[in-house]
Amino acid sequence: MTEESKKKYRLRENFHQAKWDEPIIFELHTPGERGILVPEAESEVVEAVGNGISALPENMVRKQGPALPEISQMRVLKHYLRLSQQCLGADFNIDIGQGTCTMKYSPKIHKMLAGSPKVTEVHPWQDESTIQGALEVMYKLDIFLREISGMSRFSLQPSSGSAAIFIMASMVHAFHTYHGEAEKRDEIITTIFSHPSDAAAAAVKGYKIITLYHDENGLVSVDALKEALSDRTAALFITNPEDTGIFNPKIAEFTSLVHEAGGLCGYDQANANGILGITRAKEAGFDLSFFNLHKTFSAPHGCGGPAAGALGVTEDLIDFLPVPVVDFDGEKYSLNYGIPHTIGKTRGFYGVFPVILKAYAWIMSLGAAGLKEAARVAVLNNNYLLENIKKIRGAASPFSAGKHRIEQVRYTWEQLTQDTGVTTEDITCRMADFGFHLWSSHHPFVVPQPFTIEPTESYSKDELDEYLEGLRKIVEEAYENPERVKNAPYNSVVHKIDHSTLDDPEKWAITWRAHLKKHR
Amino acid sequence: MRKLGLIVNPIAGMGGKVGLKGTDGVEILAKAKECGAKPESPQRTREALRLLLPLENEIELITYPAEMGEDTAAECGFRPYVIGTIDVGQTDATDTKRACEDLRAYGVDLLLFAGGDGTARDIFTAIKDTVVVLGIPTGVKMHSAVFACSPAKAGELTALFLQNRIKRIREAEVMDIDEESVRRGILVAKLFGYLKIPYERRHIQGLKAGSLPDERVSQQAIAQDIIENMDSDCTYIIGPGTTTRAVLERLGLDATLLGVDLIHGRRLLGKDLSEKQLLDHIKGKAKVKIIVTPIGGQGYLFGRGNQQISAEVLKQVGSKNILVAATAEKINSLLGRPFQVDTGDKGIDQMLSGYFKVVSGYKERIVYKVTH
Repeated sequence: MTEESKKKYRLRENFHQAKWDEPIIFELHTPGERGILVPEAESEVVEAVGNGISALPENMVRKQGPALPEISQMRVLKHYLRLSQQCLGADFNIDIGQGTCTMKYSPKIHKMLAGSPKVTEVHPWQDESTIQGALEVMYKLDIFLREISGMSRFSLQPSSGSAAIFIMASMVHAFHTYHGEAEKRDEIITTIFSHPSDAAAAAVKGYKIITLYHDENGLVSVDALKEALSDRTAALFITNPEDTGIFNPKIAEFTSLVHEAGGLCGYDQANANGILGITRAKEAGFDLSFFNLHKTFSAPHGCGGPAAGALGVTEDLIDFLPVPVVDFDGEKYSLNYGIPHTIGKTRGFYGVFPVILKAYAWIMSLGAAGLKEAARVAVLNNNYLLENIKKIRGAASPFSAGKHRIEQVRYTWEQLTQDTGVTTEDITCRMADFGFHLWSSHHPFVVPQPFTIEPTESYSKDELDEYLEGLRKIVEEAYENPERVKNAPYNSVVHKIDHSTLDDPEKWAITWRAHLKKHR
Repeated sequence: MRKLGLIVNPIAGMGGKVGLKGTDGVEILAKAKECGAKPESPQRTREALRLLLPLENEIELITYPAEMGEDTAAECGFRPYVIGTIDVGQTDATDTKRACEDLRAYGVDLLLFAGGDGTARDIFTAIKDTVVVLGIPTGVKMHSAVFACSPAKAGELTALFLQNRIKRIREAEVMDIDEESVRRGILVAKLFGYLKIPYERRHIQGLKAGSLPDERVSQQAIAQDIIENMDSDCTYIIGPGTTTRAVLERLGLDATLLGVDLIHGRRLLGKDLSEKQLLDHIKGKAKVKIIVTPIGGQGYLFGRGNQQISAEVLKQVGSKNILVAATAEKINSLLGRPFQVDTGDKGIDQMLSGYFKVVSGYKERIVYKVTH
């Protein structure tokens, strides 16, 4: 059998995205057209509450109805189905180009569990005795996450990674307040390739932010950390491995130096997918650590569903956790609001339960060995891509040459751009012509012409090969006929569009009203 | 129709490959030619102009005769409108300056020039910042920040600007090194002034990431942070640069952009001071700090454009009393290269090497490396 005939993948050169040329829903407005005819209230109701509006304070009653589009149900249905066909959804495409997002398969059965009436019909104000099953799931997920991270107790309250970082900052503040040092300790240290929210959410809490930059190997030096540390250090918030896929081998020395300076260490485990069952927050010396259940634990990520950031802490910080946490006395589960120095409630109710349930189901279905296997396959997939992408002309992986990476790599097309003028953005657009989604955001833009690939464990070798074939094809085009790439996409919903207006506040129209005002 | 002015310094870059540090001066040019130097500018200019060809019918290209632009433009397929007169083969800085004035009078929207630091300086001398310019990097010396990072990038940026797709402009340093001194082994880089160039979001591919604040906003944030932390008992030496200027502007002080100023208790003690004046002022003072920002496109903290803050001044003030300010954008544009110091005193350079906590925004610091 020849090598060619053994190939089980092929590039979808005949791919074409659906293009419905669908108007904006406001443009479908026909006065008087109705989706639902609301029945008139029964006479007993009218007698009891009047017309329903007169009971409202006068200043809260609109003088004019809202300018919403008037459309029939069927047209609304068609409108949104058409729009959905114009998306390169996670269940359609090989979206490993959304590096840092940990795009992985979310088993449909878990979605069915979360959609079951046993979940959807539960109300958080029900008595504890009637939601024992839900509380059990939350309690057991806490136990699992303790095992995975080495932390002593988890709060499932944070509704995203950034919320978890903000709560970490709040707990750091509460801890230093308890020890009489909150006023003095007003600095949080992070690194340039950590999750950008580590700086942003801590700044929202009011902390000053010190960002450490990497050296030529993509690592932050111990000396840089020492320069940043002082008696003003409140905490270190760090991601490891960072968004370059490079694991900081001196992390224990880092946490130890921070502790010596009197600070706490918060671990942003946004990039935990390659280290599950291999290394733990506790052994690395962290005091706080959170997982993105929607990334690592397959809930799924981003626009594919809501998020949850499960935040764990060591024994010393349990007394500062948000309330409530779920307790179990051997017979029944209950909500515990009695944490001594709690930072309080951080959101309504107890957490994003459907996400918590899906993460629980994912862990249950894989087991401990399965989690470790998932991490190992994610790392294997990543390094398979790394070796192959490095061979593509014009591509490179900055920092730590010749070394393996963990679960993602931030590559650069700098050489390709210099040779051909074709940029990462051009490639992003051209990839859509073959049915791939390549993400275009690579904060903090330190690497020129960046592209970040994170293949996770979900994608088969054939799929990775298909993706590589797409990259190779486009690079070949870039060297032979760069205009072909620069004018892409051709097979997508829309063709090349001018982005320059995005830099011009006078042209921005985020709402229909702004559009009418600025462009009509 | 948008008007693009083009000036090619035909001899820029000729000294580089034959190790002459630059091509300022008639004798040096002759020597460069003797050494076999070939013109570098035309080829690099063509690389930039090639990217403007698709706009040929939308722009008017105005240039000077023969080797100062006409030839290169024609070779690329343009039919430029040629103004002015030159002695072909005998051009010098006076021709560059005259060309700038003529092109400004013609009302060009952007002046694209091919050259090095010397050319940038001639342009600044002739027309200051009255016209938006952009440099195609072709010279030997490239300490100024008015150049695109490559000829292709210069072409691309010019196209975006002429199509109104880049509207913002930024101020970029014009610096030059005295070539005579360099040939005698002494490096003296002077900050001449600032030219306006199209604002390029360096290393930010795509605009989908949202609108980041432009450099001026970041500079204001830095200034606010510095002012809030100022000590009323302390004397501050303020180095040149737009970032440090923002501090003085915010304090309502009329300071110099290119010189070194001195303040105490939020009041100006002296403007555009020399090394000696600085030493006199700080003599015997218990608390003195230096606020400095890296100058030019290569990230020099000391030794380029701010020589007044000499090794002796630095020695007296001490490295712990140096406050470095720089926008994250400026730091990122160095692509990981550390800040540099070159004070002429190895001991002081050594003292300044290591890590600095750089003020990069309001309540924001970046720990960044300094080497010599």
